[in-house]
Amino acid sequence: MSRYSALALLRGALTGQRHWQPAWRDAVPKKSYDVVIIGGGGHGLATAYYLARHHGLRNIAVVEKSWIGGGNTGRNTTIVRSNYRQAPLHNFFEMALKLWEGMSDDLNFNVMFSPRGALFLGHSDSDMRQLAERGDALACDGIDAELLSRDQVAKLVPLLDMADTARFPIQGGMIQRRGGTARHDAVAWGYARAADALGVDIIQNCEVTGFSMAGGRVTGVETTRGPIGADKVGICVAGNSGHVAGLAGIRLPIEAQTLQAFVTEPVKPMIDTVIMSQSLHCYISQSDKGGIVLGGDPDQFPSYAQRGLAPRLEKTAAEAIALVPALSRLRMVRCWSGTTDMSFDGSPIISALPVDGLYLNGGWCYGGFKATPGSGLAYAQLLATGVPHPLAAGFGLDRFARGATIDEAGVGPWPQAR
Amino acid sequence: MLRIDCPHCGPRAQVEFTYERTRDSIVTLAMTPNEAMNTLYSRANPRGWDEELWRHSYGCRQWLLIRRHRTTHAIDSVTPC
Repeated sequence: MSRYSALALLRGALTGQRHWQPAWRDAVPKKSYDVVIIGGGGHGLATAYYLARHHGLRNIAVVEKSWIGGGNTGRNTTIVRSNYRQAPLHNFFEMALKLWEGMSDDLNFNVMFSPRGALFLGHSDSDMRQLAERGDALACDGIDAELLSRDQVAKLVPLLDMADTARFPIQGGMIQRRGGTARHDAVAWGYARAADALGVDIIQNCEVTGFSMAGGRVTGVETTRGPIGADKVGICVAGNSGHVAGLAGIRLPIEAQTLQAFVTEPVKPMIDTVIMSQSLHCYISQSDKGGIVLGGDPDQFPSYAQRGLAPRLEKTAAEAIALVPALSRLRMVRCWSGTTDMSFDGSPIISALPVDGLYLNGGWCYGGFKATPGSGLAYAQLLATGVPHPLAAGFGLDRFARGATIDEAGVGPWPQAR
Repeated sequence: MLRIDCPHCGPRAQVEFTYERTRDSIVTLAMTPNEAMNTLYSRANPRGWDEELWRHSYGCRQWLLIRRHRTTHAIDSVTPC
């Protein structure tokens, strides 16, 4: 792999930029691997990269049913932050956030991480109390959180409707200034290129159709491109975890739901932070291309359709316009949907499964993108050593039977209520 | 949007209905704690047909059993329960 640098670009200029090579090989499946990772999204590719980089494994394959980064990695609203209330969540996501901060250098690939601040709005005394409590919990673990007054919020985002008569009056907010956005495709491509350089085979257009087992142990996967042997198999297909685990006869505490997002026509810079809300499910940010990216509620019933319902779009648009009235003048140019793994406590599952050699990384609900590097790092450690990463130790599948759920929203085993 | 043919009210928009859980995840009093946990906390979650409990929350408020396809969104049957 040739290194990307300004010097290489200048040198290439002398030869008409004809030196560019594909960023990763189009690998043909070998007969067997030490580890096969199912799912070539950001999480799966990051897992392969850290397996090779930190654990010295070289005989690794990532199998992807279509093209890499074409699932939820390419369908989210690209928000990165670590400001959760529960300690197991914020400590894990903080580890991920620190990896985001150095990711472009580490991968030699510009993932355009933009720490522009992740702002939560508070609309009531209750909201502000909860934001203050969350901020205190974060400060206790050394994570940045700043409670903002109404005036500070108005100054930070001048386009917000700050009137007392606004549909969602704004009393203040809490910001994590190190949070922000990143370029989602670049994350998949960067990890793919870096993993490929360490010898990982990335096999696209290869759907897993079953597992081969012997003596209660997984021995490989059946795919649309033939059987592939493996000592260990890591499922990393959030959105389709229920389907893939079902091929091994395993039922999970996960239900698939549709989550939609949409983007407006590109305009000049108007919102330079990420706007979220303590009470509403409405996320607003502006992409580097200028489009306003908006996301909202899941559709709240099980679906793998990857297409959402119009009433959800309407609700999200109505909330966004109520918060930032100027958005009413913009046209929506695209909307899309992803299938989310809604787990039964709202937290991820990074765990061994009841079949020897088979592991699961899933249940990311609608918050998986921000976890990408941390998820890969923790899953790689579990796959390589069989011992969970200390910061992911609470994400085992056994937590539901033990009553040790990590329920940020506090709503119980109801994915449709999150 | 789905159009659900409520056996009591006729065809209505999906926004009037609320999804509850799958038919095979109804916990009964006769279950052992382990059975109840497994029933409550695990799902087949198929990329195909499943039977689900829905409620016509903003209509007749009756519970309904809906057999529905999770990829095509086709509805095979809606029956009172």
